[in-house]
Amino acid sequence: MPPLTRLFIKTGLLYFVTALLVGLLIYVRPLAAAIPWLAGATPVYFHLFMVGWVTHLIIGVAYWMFPRFSREQPRGSQGLAWSVYFLLNSGLLLRVVVEPLQSRFPALGWWLGVAALLQWLGGLAFVANTWPRVKER
Amino acid sequence: MPRLSIWMVRTALSYLLLGFTIGALLLAHKGIGLHPLLWRLLPLHIEFLLIGWTLQLAMGVAYWILPRFLNERRRLGLAWLAYLLLNLGIGCMVLSVSLPAWATLAAVGRGLEAGAAVAFALHVWPRVKPMSA
Repeated sequence: MPPLTRLFIKTGLLYFVTALLVGLLIYVRPLAAAIPWLAGATPVYFHLFMVGWVTHLIIGVAYWMFPRFSREQPRGSQGLAWSVYFLLNSGLLLRVVVEPLQSRFPALGWWLGVAALLQWLGGLAFVANTWPRVKER
Repeated sequence: MPRLSIWMVRTALSYLLLGFTIGALLLAHKGIGLHPLLWRLLPLHIEFLLIGWTLQLAMGVAYWILPRFLNERRRLGLAWLAYLLLNLGIGCMVLSVSLPAWATLAAVGRGLEAGAAVAFALHVWPRVKPMSA
């Protein structure tokens, strides 16, 4: 298993645990009342699960198992693959911090735009690096 | 990777890009207010990423990876039918969200997607077996 795959899957597992803990905390009403971040955390819970866990697991396994791009570059561009990891994670973590607080601090709104752009670029980089590997051999 | 898997995985990657694009617009709108009508795209964001991307990718990889019969996959028509029904279903969901007059198409879309699940399960069921069988 290549190092980047291990990183994607282990990071995904951390998101998996975090997502389910956030999901639990949202339903502990005294906590939700005491911690303002939890009040707006439902979209964060869902995206920690789907982007953090499911998407990280898929990307990690696809990078490892899909047909080779070429003999010289079996997994496509390494730089592009690493950029997927950093773009997706920086965007997701920024969202996790900012989104629940944004209704109380509207000035943070621009950071949500940055988080959106980072994640979108991460998705674009993943598709660009994976598309040529989806082939017969 | 067999031809149907190539079609399924490439279609799934296209939906990933579409779903991420809508998601990015929605998140940016939440922060900086791009356009109020963007929220109408939320059902498509969910449809593209759950059905178009995640489900279709799983189907494409399962078709590729699961055990075969003496190097054959058998009942190929059912697997191709699943691909067709799934994507027609997603198309119906897109129309039902985009054109309010066609909202009832959502039920047709879900029906086609359920048909895809049945066809794919019928194709895959016998392939869930020991490698040597």
